[in-house]
Amino acid sequence: MIKSMKINLKVWRQRNADSVGNFADYTVEASPDMSFLEMFDVLNEQLIENGREPVAFDHDCREGICGMCSMVINGRPHGPKRGVTTCQLHMRSFNDGDTISVEPWRANAFPVVKDLSVNRSAFDRIISAGGFISTNTGNAVDANTILIQKEIADEAFKAATCIGCGACVSACKNASAMLFVGAKVTQLSLLPQGKPEKESRVVAMVNQMDAEGFGACTNTGACFAECPKQIPLSVISTLNREYLSAKLSGK
Amino acid sequence: MKLFSFLFTSSIGRKILMSVTGLSLVAFLLVHCSINACIFFNDHGKTFNEAAAFMGNNWLIRSAEIGLFVGLLLHSFQGLYLWASNDQKRKQKYHTTAGNSNSKWYSRSMGILGSLLLLFLVLHLSHFWVVSRFTDELSETGSNTLFHKMSLIFQSPVIVIVYVIGCISLAYHLLHGFQSGFQSLGFNHPLLNPIIKNFGIVFSLLVPLIFASMPIVMYLGWIK
Ligand code: HEM
Ligand code: SF4
Ligand code: FES
Repeated sequence: MIKSMKINLKVWRQRNADSVGNFADYTVEASPDMSFLEMFDVLNEQLIENGREPVAFDHDCREGICGMCSMVINGRPHGPKRGVTTCQLHMRSFNDGDTISVEPWRANAFPVVKDLSVNRSAFDRIISAGGFISTNTGNAVDANTILIQKEIADEAFKAATCIGCGACVSACKNASAMLFVGAKVTQLSLLPQGKPEKESRVVAMVNQMDAEGFGACTNTGACFAECPKQIPLSVISTLNREYLSAKLSGK
Repeated sequence: MKLFSFLFTSSIGRKILMSVTGLSLVAFLLVHCSINACIFFNDHGKTFNEAAAFMGNNWLIRSAEIGLFVGLLLHSFQGLYLWASNDQKRKQKYHTTAGNSNSKWYSRSMGILGSLLLLFLVLHLSHFWVVSRFTDELSETGSNTLFHKMSLIFQSPVIVIVYVIGCISLAYHLLHGFQSGFQSLGFNHPLLNPIIKNFGIVFSLLVPLIFASMPIVMYLGWIK
């Protein structure tokens, strides 16, 4: 039999980017098998039935691949479990009667849109600055015409698993985006298709990252600890190395 | 000049400058610690005074000293700037925090640890460096050497405690800084990473421990 659990929530409510937000207290009856977001669905139905405004929060795939969900749960982005997004976190990770605080990602570069929903278009602008490869369109080339060493392909793939959620920024005391930018730079510069533009790419992306108002990395490792895809810190050293060599060659 | 302007204008450039200056200070600590450890020969400071005189008279080392001083200033100002500017990147702070679940407190406290070091260094330089470089108070031999100055200063228990606190700050600063410096430079190697990490831990504990033992043994009169 599914036991129901009583959860006390302290949820950040904020009308828009310019207003002052504050916590609101709610109580929800949840099942341990619900995901954290399903528990929020229950809360929102409750609020709507009582004629109150539902809590705005971001979500899309609900299967840990899109990077939309974004809640700081008890002070930790994506909650208490390692390598898990908020949508893949289940209520069985909590106890009956727990009080859980839920805040939005906080960083100047991620302004609050409403309640728990923040604007992460700064990431899109960093990608537009250089997170791509330029190629002529035409027939699709057979995937195996360019051979890539298995180890390199694996490393690039590992970096490419970043879903752009922004938990790294949210966890970092400096609101630094270097794990995200490092993942993108590493992924592209490892592969032959990305190599020709690697110097101009890293400089353009870092310039945009600074312009968006993200902080500078101090290697605390909080980003890796909270990243749902466990992107390794080595992508940041790759980013630093590539930036340094691009700068020294006059880019 | 334009080639190096990124060291003062971009986030990663600033980090690289922190790392180069920080690791140079680490190299200096090794030399400084080895020379000072000469007091443990317990020969009334004879070996120590000779080593100090060699350092003071060698033009190569005196030139390196200027570089070191510039490095320290760059490291301190850049460090304070980064601390202040990083702190401004999240104007609306979190209400609930769980920092200890994802990082070490000392890795998050480099600014405070560095500031403690800076305060300590002002005191420390005024105790020894200023006196030996810019006044005629001390001589290389006789009864008024740098070694005598050391035993005189470390008569005060308050100063001994301040020095020990300085060394503890140094240990924690290095515990994070040593490996962080390599990461900032883009150094990453599957075989060398664990060596850097472990050597860094040993260095960060051993060097401050040897430094801290100096005022203590002199206060207790074990080294005369
Ligand atoms: C003997 C003296 C010192 C040594 C050996 C030393 C060494 C280091 C090293 C190796 C790093 C790591 C650099 C990196 O992560 O790239 C570092 C970082 C740092 N140091 Fe020092 N340091 C010393 C004194 C100071 C002083 C006097 C300050 C003054 C405020 C300071 C402030 C900082 C700060 C704020 C950081 C973190 C910077 C960042 O990661 O962005 N340090 N230090
Ligand atoms: S590096 Fe990890 S935490 Fe950062 S955006 Fe990518 S998946 Fe999210
Ligand atoms: S909603 Fe898509 S990753 Fe969580």
